Amino acid sequence: MGKNKQGESTWKATRDGYGKGLVELGEKNKDVLVLTADLTVSTRANWFQEKFPERLFTFGVAEQDMISTAAGFALSGKIPFCCSFGVFASGRAWEQVRTSVAYMNLNINIGGTHGGISVGPDGATHQALEEITLMRVLPNMTVIVPCDTVEARKATINSASISGPVYLRLSREKLPIITKEQEPFTIGKANVLKKGKDVTIIACGIMVYQSLFAGELLKKKGIDATIINLHTIKPIDIETILKSASQTKAVVTCEEHLIAGGVGSAIAESLAVTLPVPIEMVGVRNRFGESGDPWVLMKEFHLMPEDIVAACERVIARKKKGKDKERF
Amino acid sequence: MKQRPDINKLRKQAKQIRIDVLKMLAAAGSGHTGGSLSCVEIILSLYGYKLRYNSKRPDWPDRDRFILSKGHGCPTLYAILAHFGYFPKKDLMDLRKFGSLLQGHPQLGLPGLESSTGSLGMGLSIANGMALAARLDKRKDVRIYCLMGDGEIDEGQIWEAAMTASHYKLDNLCGIVDFNKLQIDGFLRDIKNIKPAREKWRSFGWEVFEVDGHDFKQLMDAYDKAQHIKGKPSIVLAHTTKGKGVSFIENKVEWHGIAPKPEELERALKELESLS
Ligand SMILES: Cc1ncc(C[n+]2csc(CCOP(=O)(O)OP(=O)(O)O)c2C)c(N)n1
Ligand SMILES: [Mg+2]
Repeated sequence: MGKNKQGESTWKATRDGYGKGLVELGEKNKDVLVLTADLTVSTRANWFQEKFPERLFTFGVAEQDMISTAAGFALSGKIPFCCSFGVFASGRAWEQVRTSVAYMNLNINIGGTHGGISVGPDGATHQALEEITLMRVLPNMTVIVPCDTVEARKATINSASISGPVYLRLSREKLPIITKEQEPFTIGKANVLKKGKDVTIIACGIMVYQSLFAGELLKKKGIDATIINLHTIKPIDIETILKSASQTKAVVTCEEHLIAGGVGSAIAESLAVTLPVPIEMVGVRNRFGESGDPWVLMKEFHLMPEDIVAACERVIARKKKGKDKERF
Repeated sequence: MKQRPDINKLRKQAKQIRIDVLKMLAAAGSGHTGGSLSCVEIILSLYGYKLRYNSKRPDWPDRDRFILSKGHGCPTLYAILAHFGYFPKKDLMDLRKFGSLLQGHPQLGLPGLESSTGSLGMGLSIANGMALAARLDKRKDVRIYCLMGDGEIDEGQIWEAAMTASHYKLDNLCGIVDFNKLQIDGFLRDIKNIKPAREKWRSFGWEVFEVDGHDFKQLMDAYDKAQHIKGKPSIVLAHTTKGKGVSFIENKVEWHGIAPKPEELERALKELESLS
């Protein structure tokens, strides 16, 4: 897809919104602390460090220690934000997140940058494709995937006032800004970006932009899509999803993440027991990432608007087939 | 400095704690007997002497904190918390029962308990966080104590945390190792040798004390001395006997994770009660 018409300056990585949000939190609340594991600049925690050096704690390359130390801080009334790459924050330290964070239901926020294959040249070891699955299985955990830097800033700020733990999945690659400062953002409340009658597209992160693009392509084909920005994967906004699915009777889920256990799975879990409409899932299938230009990889991994269009056509065909069956 | 309690009184309390622990474990029908009995004096000299706390106000912000990183030793901590008035002693017999606050491994919510633990290796990091928070809040008197098992320190996270504590010069932190020479699979020397332990901690930047972990005077001396060490954390390597106090449990690898059966309980209590 390349860059959009507005030019590259309006594109920003969601980690930037996170870094900005941390600074604002730091100004408002002296209990907000930032903890880093030798990725202070990459996670944009350095912006906080410049302003509040006494409230930034470095741990070196020790993610497990960082996460459990955050528990000690939170048990003493502090609000820590732990920063690392998604693979390490959610994977290396998973059991520390499970037992020292989620089990005690502490106000600890984890910013995992470098989510998804759009990380690009660093390759599979650094492209987190599993965090949504790993984090959303944990009781008490909130999981947020902002779609742009504006939303990332709001998500970061709002995370501090949620009493339990939050995982923020953030991007390294620059993404176009598609939401506005004044638009509402509530953790757990999905935003409907466009209303249509034929199919419901539910997306998060970079895939929201891809879905908006797909919406344009679908329009040319005479297909009218609803597009939902599901920025909070957990707790999932089943009300908004159900409302739209009951109107369109066909759902396409989109994530820059493994399908196994991810966003599509979360939506399917909810719809299977409430409104079992046909669902198609766009995402990464049983495969690790690899090195390459981010947008080359997006194509290679079938995460482009064309892939979403094809999924919409498949799901609409299944919906029609179901209706044909009903007639006999 | 606080008045030291009479050693004979502490010994009597230790005997009672061991009796409670054995009864609790027998009633539960499962649990960790050996590692609970080895840390009685270590924890009792904290709650009976060193720690500053108010059991009627468990959330008093200026209290000292104790983290039982070797969470499986919780029967001893529970018995001691009850003994010092955090909750009624009769609750002890609900150990490991459905709906009880006395979970199989410590769970936040029990009065006096500072952190959930049970997954080995995390407690020292948690203690570091508390020590750093106390410093940020300028709570100069607050001290943090963290008890680890000698097998537990096989965990890599312990050494991550050991580096963190010395990097941040956490002199308000005192670690303790229950050095009973046994882990689940056998003797440390056969499973994973940690010698030389003293040199390891020292090279990580810690002040090291080595004591007999069943000797109240040595323990209290070490806790007192540790308090005066400035610019670095302290660790007390407390040499103990796993299963201490009951001859047929002492030093037996198989007594790590089982509870006494009724007839074993009877024999054990008889032995303990015959002690002066
Ligand atoms: C991370 C983790 N791995 C394994 C266990 C299972 N486990 C419970 S106790 C124990 C041995 C601990 O030995 P040590 O620390 O020496 O304890 P003690 O001898 O004091 O009972 C193990 C492996 C655990 N609780 N946590
Ligand atoms: Mg041991």
